[in-house]
Amino acid sequence: MSSEARRVGGPLTTRPFLTLAAIFAVAAALILWRLVAGLGATTALSDAYPWGLWIAFDVVTGTALACGGYAMAILVYVLNKGRYHPMVRSAILTSALGYTIAGLSVVLDIGRPWLAWKIPLFFWKWNLHSALLEVALCIMSYMVVLWIELSPAFLERAAEGKGTIAGASRKILPILEKALIWIIALGMLLPTMHQSSLGSLMLLTGPKLHPLWQTPLLPLLFLVSCIAMGFAAVVFESALSSHLFRRRPETEMLAGLARAVIPVLGVFFVLRLADVAWRGQLARAFAFDRYALAFWVETALFVAGLAMLANRSRLRDLGHLFRTAMIIMLGGGLYRFNTYLVAYRPGDDVSYFPSVPEFTITLGLVALEILAYAVIVKSFPILSGAPRAAAER
Amino acid sequence: MSLDRRSLLRSLATAGAAAVAVEGTAQARVRPMAPADALGLLYDTSLCIGCKACVVACREANGTKPETSNSPGGIWDAPMDLDGQTKTVIKLYKSPDGIQRSYFKAQCMHCVDPACTNACMLGALKKKEHGIVSYDPSLCVGCRYCQMACPFNVPKFEWAKAAPKIVKCELCRERAKGQPAVDGSGFTRYPKGQGPACAEVCPRSAVIAGTRAELLAEARRRIASHPGRYKGFREDDPPKIFGETDGGGTQVLYLSHVAFEKLRLPNLSDQPVPEVQQTIQHGIYQGFAAPILLYGLLGAAVFRNRRAAGEKPEKGGES
Ligand code: SF4
Ligand code: SF4
Ligand code: SF4
Repeated sequence: MSSEARRVGGPLTTRPFLTLAAIFAVAAALILWRLVAGLGATTALSDAYPWGLWIAFDVVTGTALACGGYAMAILVYVLNKGRYHPMVRSAILTSALGYTIAGLSVVLDIGRPWLAWKIPLFFWKWNLHSALLEVALCIMSYMVVLWIELSPAFLERAAEGKGTIAGASRKILPILEKALIWIIALGMLLPTMHQSSLGSLMLLTGPKLHPLWQTPLLPLLFLVSCIAMGFAAVVFESALSSHLFRRRPETEMLAGLARAVIPVLGVFFVLRLADVAWRGQLARAFAFDRYALAFWVETALFVAGLAMLANRSRLRDLGHLFRTAMIIMLGGGLYRFNTYLVAYRPGDDVSYFPSVPEFTITLGLVALEILAYAVIVKSFPILSGAPRAAAER
Repeated sequence: MSLDRRSLLRSLATAGAAAVAVEGTAQARVRPMAPADALGLLYDTSLCIGCKACVVACREANGTKPETSNSPGGIWDAPMDLDGQTKTVIKLYKSPDGIQRSYFKAQCMHCVDPACTNACMLGALKKKEHGIVSYDPSLCVGCRYCQMACPFNVPKFEWAKAAPKIVKCELCRERAKGQPAVDGSGFTRYPKGQGPACAEVCPRSAVIAGTRAELLAEARRRIASHPGRYKGFREDDPPKIFGETDGGGTQVLYLSHVAFEKLRLPNLSDQPVPEVQQTIQHGIYQGFAAPILLYGLLGAAVFRNRRAAGEKPEKGGES
């Protein structure tokens, strides 16, 4: 067996499980309604605001929060920090789930989803100028890559027993381990491409995007922010799951990860402000409108995140780590949300606020993600670190 | 033990420097030109009387249903703007003091270098014969990136339908069956019933059809022979033909006796809207060479660092 990860075990249908399932059930009903009645009847989207909550939050923010697997892979395989390896697998799981949910959201959001299969297959029709095509193809492939990266966890579980499946799993595992190098490399290449392209996407909106956000640096800012958010998400998820599943928290390692965020977030922050100043747009930050407000909330979150990270002695406090990670996720998330929604200005007398079904479906998909996470870590060897009971013994 | 922050910083700095270097060396892409037979419209606000014959003709030519939901009792065709069933609309501009007035006709501008065709994944929106920006629903997934991208907010979506399409003016290309010929007044025209319907019915020739070159010549002639009639983008600017260079140029052109900014046209530079994005993307990707190179480097790094990463540790060899 090639990993020190253990499954959590325990009953699956707990009370929180049932609550989350109920939330998802409501969302599922609304999803059906959306597919039958169309986008106009179920969402607040309009010709002025063709992209709303689902794109700005579920896809653009969601995939960045799901960059834990990407960030950890850079740390372990490029920067050669092997000691973080035990945390890679759970990061990959969160990424796989996050990207899968984002993919689901896209299917709900596009108006003609029954033609989506043409995107990967009609290669002779590919418009190679389209940043969205690149994002779509990369995200589709990355989803596959993530589940392959995770497959050893499923195979290890399958290999536990006797019988043909177990035997086959034992045979496949070592072969997979070898092939995984090129999969892991793909798992770093694809997010580098599509996370930066998520920034490039909005370049095409030109003057419709507020100048505090519209910049040729969008691809770089999106790339750097997703790495910071990825690390923060790993810290957040790991702190939370060690608490919920009563496992020994990897505080040392989490503190190390938090320290890794400092330069990334620092670079982002400097780039962001220098860019606004360099383009001579700083005055707009003092314009007393909702754009300036959005800009300052975003900036305040980054400052708060950096300040909390700078408090080195407290980085060993799990609660502090958790709160710090949350602030960074919020800041990065807001930067993306602003770029895709708040700072998008299609005209003077139009506005958008998500409808109840839009909110509910987003909530339901998050519930589904947590559900799937719980089921998978309970059933398969994902989390490292011993159960707390064993550690205290 | 602290994570080696310097090495992380170093890699980030290298990545940033590489990105900047790439952006610096990237050549601005070759700007697309309008084809010689590019068809378009010229709309002149000073001639329009707001009769909306064009709106009706557009409906008949394209089989779109009247938009009556805004009128009392739902009896008049009164679209508020372009929408999922309206490919052209006549709007009224009135200055706050009510003295200055102008009608304004909106429809797709058929940009020379359109943002929408750059956005569209499978080329459902594409410049086809005569530079007409055409729509093929069989390649459209309904992502609505074209709507996000178009600086004129032209493409509209059939929000009320479960199987929606994008709706926008395609210069009546479906009507054209015969070959265009040059008529007596020197304009390229289709036989009756086959060209842009809005231009065909206009009683004042406020909107006329022709090739882009013919329309530009006519617009210049009008500006020259009516000093003081036409305006620029702002009130005090010299007269201009909107669309000659704006956003890289458009095949639909406007002349106006009211500053264009009041008609809510966007203030675009001469740079095509997609240019920044395309320059950066092509710079970063260098064809596809950069991703392939990066993939090789990443593969090598994984190969080198994988053993150290404890992929095959002793059991319990964590600490
Ligand atoms: S006006 Fe908009 S829809 Fe028409 S060609 Fe230009 S970008 Fe495309
Ligand atoms: S909505 Fe359709 S036409 Fe518009 S960009 Fe998407 S695929 Fe292309
Ligand atoms: S050219 Fe045809 S489709 Fe376009 S506005 Fe005129 S009548 Fe309508």
